Amino acid sequence: MAYTVPRPKLTFREKLYLPAVAAGLAITIKHLKNMLLGRTKVVMQYPEEKWDSHMPPHYRGAPTLVRDDDRERCVACQLCEFICPPRAIKITPGEIPSASKSEKVEKFPLEFDIDMIRCIYCGLCEEVCPEQAIFLRKDYAITGLSRAEMVHNKKKLYELGGTMHGLVNKWNEKK
Amino acid sequence: MSAPQMLNVQINGEWKQFPKGTRVIEACAQAGSYIPRYCYHPKLTSPGNCRMCLIEMGMPKMGPDRKPELGPDGRPVINWIPRPQISCAQDVAEGMGIRTDSPMAQECRRGVMEFLLINHPLDCPICDQAGECKLQEFSVEYGNGGSRFLEHKVKKPKKVAVGPRVTLDAERCVLCSRCIRFMKEVPQDDVLGFVDRGSYSTIAAHPNRQLDSNYSLNTVDICPVGALTSTDFRFKMRVWFLKETKSFCTSCATGCNTVIGSRQEVVYRQTPRENNEVNSVWMCDYGRLNFHYLHSERRLSRPAVKGEAAAWPAAIAKAAAELRSVPANEVAIIASGSMTNEELWLTKKLASVLNITLHDIVPHIEKGDDLLLSADRNPNTAGAKLLGVSSSKLAEIAQGVESGRIRVLLVLGEDAAGISLAKLKSLVTVGLLPSAATEKASVFLPSAGFAEKRGSMINVKGRLQRLNQAIQPPGEARDDWEILRDLIQAVSGANGVYAIEEVFRQMAEATPALAGLSLSKIGDLGVQLKLE
Repeated sequence: MAYTVPRPKLTFREKLYLPAVAAGLAITIKHLKNMLLGRTKVVMQYPEEKWDSHMPPHYRGAPTLVRDDDRERCVACQLCEFICPPRAIKITPGEIPSASKSEKVEKFPLEFDIDMIRCIYCGLCEEVCPEQAIFLRKDYAITGLSRAEMVHNKKKLYELGGTMHGLVNKWNEKK
Repeated sequence: MSAPQMLNVQINGEWKQFPKGTRVIEACAQAGSYIPRYCYHPKLTSPGNCRMCLIEMGMPKMGPDRKPELGPDGRPVINWIPRPQISCAQDVAEGMGIRTDSPMAQECRRGVMEFLLINHPLDCPICDQAGECKLQEFSVEYGNGGSRFLEHKVKKPKKVAVGPRVTLDAERCVLCSRCIRFMKEVPQDDVLGFVDRGSYSTIAAHPNRQLDSNYSLNTVDICPVGALTSTDFRFKMRVWFLKETKSFCTSCATGCNTVIGSRQEVVYRQTPRENNEVNSVWMCDYGRLNFHYLHSERRLSRPAVKGEAAAWPAAIAKAAAELRSVPANEVAIIASGSMTNEELWLTKKLASVLNITLHDIVPHIEKGDDLLLSADRNPNTAGAKLLGVSSSKLAEIAQGVESGRIRVLLVLGEDAAGISLAKLKSLVTVGLLPSAATEKASVFLPSAGFAEKRGSMINVKGRLQRLNQAIQPPGEARDDWEILRDLIQAVSGANGVYAIEEVFRQMAEATPALAGLSLSKIGDLGVQLKLE
């Protein structure tokens, strides 16, 4: 069935359009003035100039794994693999041997791959992680010459992620 | 048998009828209000020790004449019992009133949940039960967001090998005693029990014993939490990733109904599926774990002619040429009792096209038990008998092969069965894994395992059951029925069939016992056949 879109009833002032044109021009002139006075920057010379100092604290860059003082935090629960919308994460779980210092944790990722071609930087992996092991850091220029190079393996992820302290206490012997 | 006496029961304000002897917990589930429970299991006795299924209950108010007083609606007036009752150890009674969601019942569940969670470890990220854990599910409904317990949690043994196939984490245990009762009542091997008292009470095997029964992994299935986990499945895959395919176990003639859990073409576990005509809700460890060969490194996945890899059309043509290279009375077929009905029927068809009269299956008789494991380890002996492939000619075939009278042998899904193959002119084998037969084979054709194909089999009691495909065969391996179809096409030149449903239809038309059936009509629970 045909549906007639109701047209808005315009006032005489709106029908003239000229006041709106003038208001738009005023905004343009304001920006021109700011630029001439050096208050805003229009072009940034990337990659010689970098964004890094302008990045807001909540910026979502490449996902990385973090290490605690004496153990890796990830316990291979695979929740990030489950939540990941583009299915970029692939984890192979393994068992921590009985002789190890972090034996109580029992489980660790044997392999942990994030395909950075697939990753959409949504941050759901960080949000879902029950162990605070995965964080989106500020690295945004992820490049590589082959598809294989774009898959971040466990070593690379820990390299980018570094070490964090505290936060997760539940694997302590007393807790 | 007369119809059971029906009793009127009021559940959450509605009057319903249930047969005498129904448990209150089951009656409530049938009425649509599922009562949370840990210790109760419909196939085991009810000790009533978890207290999770508490409900509010009442009985009809009796007048001085010992007749129930009737309310304005003509129904008995119910006198509510002021304290909660457990619903798992109570049968329904005439005029009984039940409230499953009253404030008192809900408060009781919240209280029980809080006690159960006091010492429970925050293990969920590494616990194999996570995702199918009753404690997780009910704590969503009745648990608190945080714990009020400020003291140190009780420490108990973790990662205990309580048996060769079962790992115990005592901290996760809610002491429901399902595993203890299972071992006592089903395999009747009373090996588990509680040791230590009070806060430190723990499940343990009897001193100098292990939980080594062939039915031990059923304790893992019925454990409502992650206390008992399968050592084989431990840390392999999270359960929420598993694709569940309804199938049945092909490790013996019982054919226990199963769910195959697979992900990305890998089978991770098999768990029993309820079928009261076959296996109740149990299965044996031997059958359950007998799937790793599907992913064996030795698995053959390319067709080969004289040990050299070959393309499928060339291998099929070569096999057909070998089968026709000598007179029909010098060819024999050794089929397998683990082939599906469809494959056996095509085998029979291949034999009749080539006029081969020497064909049989290899019997595999081992020690069975009186619970589920059958002595006959061929899952489809009955099918081979029904379709006329088994013929008790195996000894004749063996003697013929060894004397050199039989010069061409086709072996389907079996090893050489101890027969010396030296005098054969050529040997065509179809199978999964290397064996004495595949090593000597002139032509080898790789086929599919039980989780990689569809088809039907008949168990020891004459029940027709259906295999469903969970994963794809590896590499170039193909479904067995397609290999047999191609062989028939190559030797006869006749047009083949293109769907397994069509194979079943042709087989059902030619076999009176299967008349009127189709693969889809078999259903998930199978069909009982009338075999003579």
